[in-house]
Amino acid sequence: MSEKSPVIELRNVDKSFGPIDVLHDISLKVSAGEVLCLLGDNGAGKSTLIKILAGVHQPTRGNILMDGEEIALNRPRDAQGRGIATVHQFGGTYPLMSIGRNFFMGVEPTKGFGPIRVFDRKKANQIAVEQVQSMGITRITDGDRLVGGLSGGERQSLAIARAVYFGARVLILDEPTAALGVKQAAHVLKIVNEAKRRGLAVIFITHQVMHAMAVGDHFAVLIRGSIAADFQKGEKSREDISDLMAGGESMAELEAKIEN
Amino acid sequence: MVAPPTSTKISFGSIMRNPAAGAFMGFALVFIMFAIFGYQRNFLSVGGVSTWVNFASTVGMIAIPVGFLMIAGELDISTGAVLPASAMTVAITSGYFELPIMVGIIAALSVGALIGWVNGMIVTRTQVPSFIVTLATLFAVAGLTLSLSIFFINTTQTSLNAPEWAKALFGGRALGGFRSSVFWWLGMVGVFVYFLHYSPWGNWVFALGGDQESARNAGIPTRRLKIALFMLCSTSTAFAGVLQTIQFNAATSQANFGMIFNTIIAVVVGGALLTGGFGTVLGIVFGTLTLSVVQQGIGYTQIDRNLSFLIIGVMLLVAVLMNETFRKLATNWSTSKKKK
Repeated sequence: MSEKSPVIELRNVDKSFGPIDVLHDISLKVSAGEVLCLLGDNGAGKSTLIKILAGVHQPTRGNILMDGEEIALNRPRDAQGRGIATVHQFGGTYPLMSIGRNFFMGVEPTKGFGPIRVFDRKKANQIAVEQVQSMGITRITDGDRLVGGLSGGERQSLAIARAVYFGARVLILDEPTAALGVKQAAHVLKIVNEAKRRGLAVIFITHQVMHAMAVGDHFAVLIRGSIAADFQKGEKSREDISDLMAGGESMAELEAKIEN
Repeated sequence: MVAPPTSTKISFGSIMRNPAAGAFMGFALVFIMFAIFGYQRNFLSVGGVSTWVNFASTVGMIAIPVGFLMIAGELDISTGAVLPASAMTVAITSGYFELPIMVGIIAALSVGALIGWVNGMIVTRTQVPSFIVTLATLFAVAGLTLSLSIFFINTTQTSLNAPEWAKALFGGRALGGFRSSVFWWLGMVGVFVYFLHYSPWGNWVFALGGDQESARNAGIPTRRLKIALFMLCSTSTAFAGVLQTIQFNAATSQANFGMIFNTIIAVVVGGALLTGGFGTVLGIVFGTLTLSVVQQGIGYTQIDRNLSFLIIGVMLLVAVLMNETFRKLATNWSTSKKKK
């Protein structure tokens, strides 16, 4: 799979905020239909890395390449325009708004004449429900329902369905399963697989090794802003990965520390 | 959310889910109570009704954009100073300096827009809460209005005699006592309903209050939108000040602190959430009407006038509790529906 040309690639990216180096010499690539799991403890620089890909921050040094060509992501809009979609932990959804309105946030379908444009609620609801159902969430049938009434997993799924519908080629999932129960997390992982099957390049950020191993093809472990390990599926055991994430210390050692 | 009439089937659920329902029921309750106690005191006469509707029009055209800001997660209390600032601007420009009335009106609206721009810029560029920012501009603008009035005309109040046509358009009375401001307000309600509930921008306002970070990530120009909302709010306030000045032929530079409370009460009683993300224009209209009945209509009833503040206080508390309940109802109702 690594022979395919990557959809998105980071080459030697550094990021510093003033004197503080947050990311150091990050190189990563993800191909279509591949899930890259980005693992790392809190504060390892995962969020900063996502924000660079989402166009919120710009790298201090280094390049971002898409389909082998260098690109600049100066604003979130730039990233979106190129098909890089980010779904955050809480789904990037608005609890007190309807499913249809959530789905089309920022790209509202309208109808009407000339300058008087009216939000096309019927169309929005219909497409939203169709898309969410096609991702396997069949319990959502009414686009007028408020998102606040959905479960955490359903909200994540809605956000992912939204990204897929709007032609995302790169899907960045920022800890989508962190706040979810076992069942709901399984739901979200199923949808990650669905996105992968549809040929998206998925970057899946998590600190739950189990979830990463369930869907990942390729893993990168981030420690204090650098890539500490980069390996393919099956190359390392769950224990090894956990140890890596803990900063090289073995879990057994950590456990021993906690007990004393 | 108000649904377009073409594609809605009216059901109990959809009415209950409409967040304006609570505000409407509150208004109906207060109105009926006052109508009973005021039946023999002309509460229902044209004079009685126009008294509180006229009051509502001024509060209402400020309250709706204040409500937009609240939905977007912000607060604007500088309105109390924008009102006299715009009143003095139009009165000094077109009254004292005798420039055409349109010049005065445009100058007053520009003053409003400028104050809103300053509010918006400070709120979006710094992390200072908008309550503090607009509290600061409230006092700054109030002080500036007083000292500039002394500087230009050597007094803190002045008169303005607008030409006939302007008087008719901005400060006349029709249908037995309703001021022009009532009709302007109705027109603005129409535009505001379109803006918040039907146009794509309305979605963005809700998104701002719902989750600003996500809104930004969704590509919504959050800063510009917020600045625009602050400008809309202070420009609408300035317009209310212009209408008042032309109506009463006079302007004073005294800050109108009461207006701050009135607008915020109207918005909260109207069902908008203080924490942002939820609210309707129609709800705010009903909130404004309720407030006006209690404050102004009380003179036309047998209820002791002095009780109006007490009633407003109790009403405000009940409204906040009800907003919370309605919000839960709105999300729960839709959750239970899926089990069918």
